Amino acid sequence: MLEIRNLQASVEGKPILRGIDLEVKAGEVHAIMGPNGSGKSTLAQVLAGREGYEVTGGEVRYLGHDLLAMAPEVRAREGVFLAFQYPVEIPGVSNAYLLKAALNGVRRHRGLPELDAMDFLALVRQNMKRMGMADDMLYRSVNEGFSGGEKKRNEILQMSVLEPRLALLDETDSGLDIDALQVVADGINAMRGPERAVVMVTHYQRLLGHVVPDFVHVLSQGRIVRSGGRDLALELEERGYGWLDGAAAPQAGPPERAAP
Amino acid sequence: MSRMEPAADRRPDRGENMALAATALDELVNREYRHGFVTDVESDTLARGLDEDVIRLISRKKDEPDFMLEWRLKAFRRWLTMTEPAWASVHHPPIDYQDIIYYSAPRSMKAGPASLDDVDPELLRTYEKLGVPLKEREMLAGVAVDAVFDSVSVGTTYKAKLAELGIVFCSFSEAVREHPELVRRYLGSVVPYTDNFFAALNAAVFTDGSFCYVPPGVRCPMELSTYFRINAKNTGQFERTLIIADEGAHVSYLEGCTAPMRDENQLHAAVVELIALDNARIKYSTVQNWYPGDKEGKGGIYNFVTKRGDCRGANSHISWTQVETGSAITWKYPSCILRGDNSVGEFHSVALTNNHQQADTGSKMIHIGRNTRSTIVSKGISAGRGRNAYRGLVKIAKAAEGARNFTRCDSLLLGDRCAAHTFPYIEVKNPTAKVEHEASTSRIGEDQLFYCMQRGISAEDAVSMIVNGFCKEVLKELPMEFAVEAQKLLGVSLEGSVG
Amino acid sequence: MNAESRDRFVAEFRRVEAALPGAKVPWVVRARSLALARFADSGLPTLRDEDWKYTSLARIEKRAFRALPSGAPGSAAPPGLAAGLAFDGLPGHVIVFVDGRHVPALSHIGGLPAGVIVGSLADALERMPERLEAFLPDDTRHTVLGALNTAFMSDGAFVYVPRGVAVAEPIHWLFIATRQDAALHPRNLLVAEEGAQATVIEQHADLGSVACLTNAVTQIFASRGSVVEHCKLQRQSPEAIHLAGIHALQGQGSRFTSHSIAVGAALARHDITATLDAEGCEAELNGLYLAEGRQHVDHHTRIDHARAGGTSREHYRGVLDGASRGVFNGRVIVHPGAQRTDAHQANHNLLLSRDAEVDTKPQLEIYADDVKCTHGATVGQLDEAQLFYLRSRGLEEAAARSLLTHAFARDVIERIRASSLRAHVERLLLARLPGGAQVREPA
Repeated sequence: MLEIRNLQASVEGKPILRGIDLEVKAGEVHAIMGPNGSGKSTLAQVLAGREGYEVTGGEVRYLGHDLLAMAPEVRAREGVFLAFQYPVEIPGVSNAYLLKAALNGVRRHRGLPELDAMDFLALVRQNMKRMGMADDMLYRSVNEGFSGGEKKRNEILQMSVLEPRLALLDETDSGLDIDALQVVADGINAMRGPERAVVMVTHYQRLLGHVVPDFVHVLSQGRIVRSGGRDLALELEERGYGWLDGAAAPQAGPPERAAP
Repeated sequence: MSRMEPAADRRPDRGENMALAATALDELVNREYRHGFVTDVESDTLARGLDEDVIRLISRKKDEPDFMLEWRLKAFRRWLTMTEPAWASVHHPPIDYQDIIYYSAPRSMKAGPASLDDVDPELLRTYEKLGVPLKEREMLAGVAVDAVFDSVSVGTTYKAKLAELGIVFCSFSEAVREHPELVRRYLGSVVPYTDNFFAALNAAVFTDGSFCYVPPGVRCPMELSTYFRINAKNTGQFERTLIIADEGAHVSYLEGCTAPMRDENQLHAAVVELIALDNARIKYSTVQNWYPGDKEGKGGIYNFVTKRGDCRGANSHISWTQVETGSAITWKYPSCILRGDNSVGEFHSVALTNNHQQADTGSKMIHIGRNTRSTIVSKGISAGRGRNAYRGLVKIAKAAEGARNFTRCDSLLLGDRCAAHTFPYIEVKNPTAKVEHEASTSRIGEDQLFYCMQRGISAEDAVSMIVNGFCKEVLKELPMEFAVEAQKLLGVSLEGSVG
Repeated sequence: MNAESRDRFVAEFRRVEAALPGAKVPWVVRARSLALARFADSGLPTLRDEDWKYTSLARIEKRAFRALPSGAPGSAAPPGLAAGLAFDGLPGHVIVFVDGRHVPALSHIGGLPAGVIVGSLADALERMPERLEAFLPDDTRHTVLGALNTAFMSDGAFVYVPRGVAVAEPIHWLFIATRQDAALHPRNLLVAEEGAQATVIEQHADLGSVACLTNAVTQIFASRGSVVEHCKLQRQSPEAIHLAGIHALQGQGSRFTSHSIAVGAALARHDITATLDAEGCEAELNGLYLAEGRQHVDHHTRIDHARAGGTSREHYRGVLDGASRGVFNGRVIVHPGAQRTDAHQANHNLLLSRDAEVDTKPQLEIYADDVKCTHGATVGQLDEAQLFYLRSRGLEEAAARSLLTHAFARDVIERIRASSLRAHVERLLLARLPGGAQVREPA
């Protein structure tokens, strides 16, 4: 479904991604882990098409098409969904409006009829109920005045309504208490299926206890330095990221510091 | 505030506390002026009045090259066609420009003492009394001082040491004689004599001031400073400062001012020009404590000053910091022209007006280059019948892609007969600019004072704390030597800023 | 001063004065001639006047606008002229003026509580001048354009609400201009007696594209404890010049709300003032200006806290597209003794295009110490993070921009209390946005 080859990207002239290779097949769940500043979030933003992230090399194919050539909204309609690490507040635009515009945009793109107000509300309410969200949330402005946990739930709600093919979850577990984490995890697990794929970007393995990944990759200094199964996450949990520096250094070109 | 009632027997009388707080405020704002003494020296003084002959005489006394005299005369002729600006929120009786003495210098300075050792001991004592010793052994460590007494520079410390690095730091008169090419190239290039009424007058009659040139790549190792002193009666002081930081140079400059207590108003119309070339950085700090006049508003200095910095080079940076506590009237707007791409302008100001003092001050930030940034932080404190106005302009020119400005101006009111005004002008001609302006006006709340006093803090300390907190953002911009002086001036203890 | 334009106005006055309403009422005649003298003294303001620093009236000087004397055939207006503009379906009372003259045939006044007057000012000047004398000459703001209006005032709405009476439905004053080169000087008067309540909509629109000059003045007297809401809707054609003064004088504990929605005219200038002339008043001034093409829209507001315990709130927003220019100048003055004043003002501007410009100047002038005053002003563009968020949810870029612009402007529209009016204004706004028709809230 997603093939990333030697992807390089920089922000304000500073290289962040230095050659990422990754393949994600339908039905798989991948976790991308790594210390702060390793480029995890940059990868998610680049895949979603954020301006200001300059792709300097490599390519990304999504369902056989050149993903990087698509506008952000086209990626969304083709089924790429990014759950933001910091969901944006948009005063004056209601959640209901955003969801409806987004959903009907996707449906039009797929040649499906648009949902009318009744069907739309029924669909959203059903999902909200599952997420344990109050009805009035629909009429509040997008993320405005929401707590950190509410924002993350709102991202998952949008995901479950829009039913993407490829979900990119950027630090979706950060800032959640245990109950909220469970709700969010349930939302993600409900998404799993043979037609869909999930890429979770996370610093901790906490979420992975609830959403078990098929593959775990460790990102360091803009490269994937280790790949493995579920066990790799546990190993990281035990040993931290420090031991990876040695693994990263030889690949990261000239070592930045001399051996101790 | 939700009134939480403490046990009746332990509760101090609120009215009494407020009275105490009021006394503390009074004490804070009614300090005696500490620098009001007069130095008894014989002076070489021109008669009152101004015409072309007076200008020729000043130029001759200063032994100036012809280009300077010509420039002065052009400025004078221009000035004759101009009228005093009336838009500021200040009021004063008309100034009789023919009733002012335009040149006064201590007679002992006439021969031009070869070094500081030869300067009249009476003059040296004056600066000692002001806390600025000039003699070798007592000189302030880490601060080079140019001392200006009435119309002339008395002497400059650490000159030789600075010269080793190629830094020129001397009186303006000396610069005209020794470095005419630098003066000719930069004088009036930021504030032309046509700029405004007072700038034109200054250009015609300025007598001295400081000059500084920092060569490429040099970071000036010490603070440079000028101490201005008006002593003679009925004289105006018209100094001119020119600072040039060449490519990659850094310099920090301080300016202090005092004057004796006299019943008449005296005019001080200075011009300061700063020029920062590529990657250069100039920090200009002022603690202005001219005589403010007495409690009835009699006497005091009219401080009508034009200060402007030109960020001429890419990545240059000019920052103005001022603490204005003196003068009967302050009229000044230290500004930045952000011409170079990525250049940065800053203005940090505390202005305190008390009794009958009036201040109309602020800043102009003119964004011309791409990605230019500016910050304005202005704190006005009005007490007694003081009037305090912030007046500012943020202008984003059409070409200034990605320009940013943030402005915050706050006013604090102490007493019900003072006034505080805010007049910000914002003009934006480029859609990629982001400009934010915030302003607030409030008084020291009874609630705040009462809260402090309930915690066992004296009313006086509480007022100090609150004023200190109000000004902190600006005071922290001052170099250490000045921060202490400024805090003393504001009657603010160091509490809260230490530890 | 431009002497030529001044002389033209003076000559016009001589030409039409005998036909102006109240020509037989001594105080009216006196007020007109004093006002004309005041105008003649200074002429039209120029860029050299601080209050006109950013707005030039050179357009007026270049063109010979003709005053329309009383009795001009406004009544010849075709029936149905006001259709659409009168907000069909909006409940309430509509009083229509065509080219400055009241047209009863187009107006519709429903049932009103006893003692309430909703009618034509020209008519009132002829029939009951004594009721107007206390109010009309009171030119509290003494602007030159106000004086010009007083000299020429032809007709306008007169609304009187007696003590303790509440008029439930909005009263709609609809001004329609149809004549090229006409100089119109509408004058409106709203008097709310103690405890009275009323909501007024003042709408200015043109029939087609009409290069005319409107110089309107609205005086509002909000007595003790009254509640008055005034909503100005300026949607004149892109050729028109619109100058307006709206001045409210407030009695103790009264509440005055002004909304100024400005979308029309080539050149528009609105001077809006509220004088909190007694203790405990509340004033709220809201405004939204949308400009495109070469439109120039200027708002000058002034709030005078003359007495203690007053509260004022001001929310102005501007959206500037094309090569348009927006000007905002907001003065808040706290006079000596006006303790416990609480004033807040905000002006936010959105620049949508390369050539749009904004000049904004929020001002505070404070002469009392127990006050809480704040103001803020911003100029910026749509937030890139918000745009990306919307696009990452599948919204087209253009739609996302319209949606965010709409959200920006809604902050002001939502402050309009009359819901039917709010919906109308919302529609006006959406009509201006690219793809705005799709930007609709789900039911």
